[in-house]
Amino acid sequence: MTAAAGERFGDRIFRLSLAAAAGLILLAALALAVQLSWASRATWAQFGPAFLWGRTWDPVAGSFGALPFLYGTAVTSALALLIAVPLGVGSAVFLTELAPRRLADLLGFAIELLAAVPSVILGLMGVFILVPAVRAVEPELTRTLGFLPFFRGAPYGVGFLAAGLILALMILPYITTVAREVLRTVPPPLKEGMYALGATRWEVVRGVSLPYARSGIFGACFLALGRALGETMAVTMVIGNAPDISASLFAPGYSMAAVIANELAEAAGDAHLSALIAIGLALLAVTVVINGLARLMIYRLERRA
Amino acid sequence: MKHFPLAAVILLAAPFARAASLTGAGSTFAYPIYSKWSDEYHKVKPDLQINYQSIGSGGGIRQFTEKTVDFGATDGPMTDEQIAKAGGKVLHLPTVMGADIPVFNVAGVDELRFDGPALAAIFMGKITNWNDPALAKLNPGVKLPDLAITVVHRSDGSGTTYCWVDYLSKVSPAWEKTVGRGTSVNWPVGLGGKGNEGVSGLVAQTPGAIGYVELIYALQNKMSFGSVRNKSGKFLKASIAGVTAAAAGAARHMPKDYRVSITDAPGPNSYPISTFTWLLVYPQNPAGKGAELKGFLRWMLKDGQAMAPALGYAPLPATVKAMVAKTVETIQ
Repeated sequence: MTAAAGERFGDRIFRLSLAAAAGLILLAALALAVQLSWASRATWAQFGPAFLWGRTWDPVAGSFGALPFLYGTAVTSALALLIAVPLGVGSAVFLTELAPRRLADLLGFAIELLAAVPSVILGLMGVFILVPAVRAVEPELTRTLGFLPFFRGAPYGVGFLAAGLILALMILPYITTVAREVLRTVPPPLKEGMYALGATRWEVVRGVSLPYARSGIFGACFLALGRALGETMAVTMVIGNAPDISASLFAPGYSMAAVIANELAEAAGDAHLSALIAIGLALLAVTVVINGLARLMIYRLERRA
Repeated sequence: MKHFPLAAVILLAAPFARAASLTGAGSTFAYPIYSKWSDEYHKVKPDLQINYQSIGSGGGIRQFTEKTVDFGATDGPMTDEQIAKAGGKVLHLPTVMGADIPVFNVAGVDELRFDGPALAAIFMGKITNWNDPALAKLNPGVKLPDLAITVVHRSDGSGTTYCWVDYLSKVSPAWEKTVGRGTSVNWPVGLGGKGNEGVSGLVAQTPGAIGYVELIYALQNKMSFGSVRNKSGKFLKASIAGVTAAAAGAARHMPKDYRVSITDAPGPNSYPISTFTWLLVYPQNPAGKGAELKGFLRWMLKDGQAMAPALGYAPLPATVKAMVAKTVETIQ
């Protein structure tokens, strides 16, 4: 009797402690939102929602607007996805479908290693290698693609383009690793069936592997986007840190995470501090919305499949 | 035996419990000298431990206001509003000085002379090319190329920036009106680099760039830098002697609370882009703390000052030292 009761008692303890652990996560997220809202209330009271589309950031005059930072975060993250998604999914397909086993293992290991590189190291690499390279390439881009507004302006090297490239490098291993794992779950009989019907490799990848792994790959992309949105150190080292909105990718910009990291420690005035925390709240909101959209999209894809 | 663990804890904790401690927080600029002083003073007075966290001047002021630290440290003086929030009575004690210097990247040019109006015009985006007549006039005999100027400033809030824009505000009414003073400002033009190393890195990489860094950083990295015309019309390259001279020049009009900017100070040898860094102390302190603070500050003025130049800081001139010594004695 005692043994059974003890077990049941142990089970209850176990269940309760797990529930508490899960609840704590929810509580932490809620507390974060509440604390950020509370600490930034002065900014919302002063500027209202117009804070989100204000374009001036003047700590001396006490005039604050978040648009240049929202814009910079959006542009650099989008650029990073644009570069990293085709590359990441492509290399995942290569690793699972085409590469010889030993090469696939070696490459897989290298990619996982890339994911473990601290962002400040990537930022340093960005400053010393990527930025000079971008500066050298920019005049060439202007000459050939200068008819587009994205490729005009002075070749500083630092700017949206450099930030987008470094972010692409940072999120590439996430996309590749997760996409590879998902592609590995495609049941071999499905693929073998296609081959038996005389399909080419391309047709199998397009017709079976990618559709089967679709929701997982989308998940990988959104995980990567989440990292790109919040990345601070590497971005601030190469983006140029100027709160300007410019169509040109060569122009210096700023991101939400970068301005918080740069100005929080020395923010002397309460208004300045409050505005920085308001940016933090906006960043949290953007992350939540994007994750929500990702959930919705994956849910829909799964239902259709 | 049952009480063994407790006894052990008491025995282990005893040396810590006996030692008094002072905690401070603030300026990152002054961190090397404050941590040196804390080490050296601990040798003189082993029963006192001074802990200093370099969290930035803004954070230092905040923690000091909330009384979570015994002293604060800042590169820019507290505003009247901030002092009112801290209870109305705060002592600003100047400890050492630093300076900002202009660094530039113009191929084939190692030496350049600037004056306040030219620097303000460059940082406002009004002078955009190195062959501008205003720069040519300041640098007779130097062949300045037709090269666009790229302005580089600090992206992180910093006392270095405060000193630089404080100087520009003094020499250019237009700057004071449109940009003003602060640890972070709304820069009219340019790229932002994080920290001294970020600025100097961008300047070194970008042809035609101009930026500003701390004198200490430039000395440690053996960088070449420009000279600046001071109030007496003399072109000076920043040096520790020049910074001390600026403080001595400003001392004649030193306000009682020491909240004075020593940029553009009078005197033939005063380097114009110099600044104090201050310790923030309350005149009334909790029991025991006041005496410890007083002891440390006395030592800082008597023995600590001599350690400043080796770390690249300018020591206080004798006049200011005498004034601060009197203020230290009023601490309770």
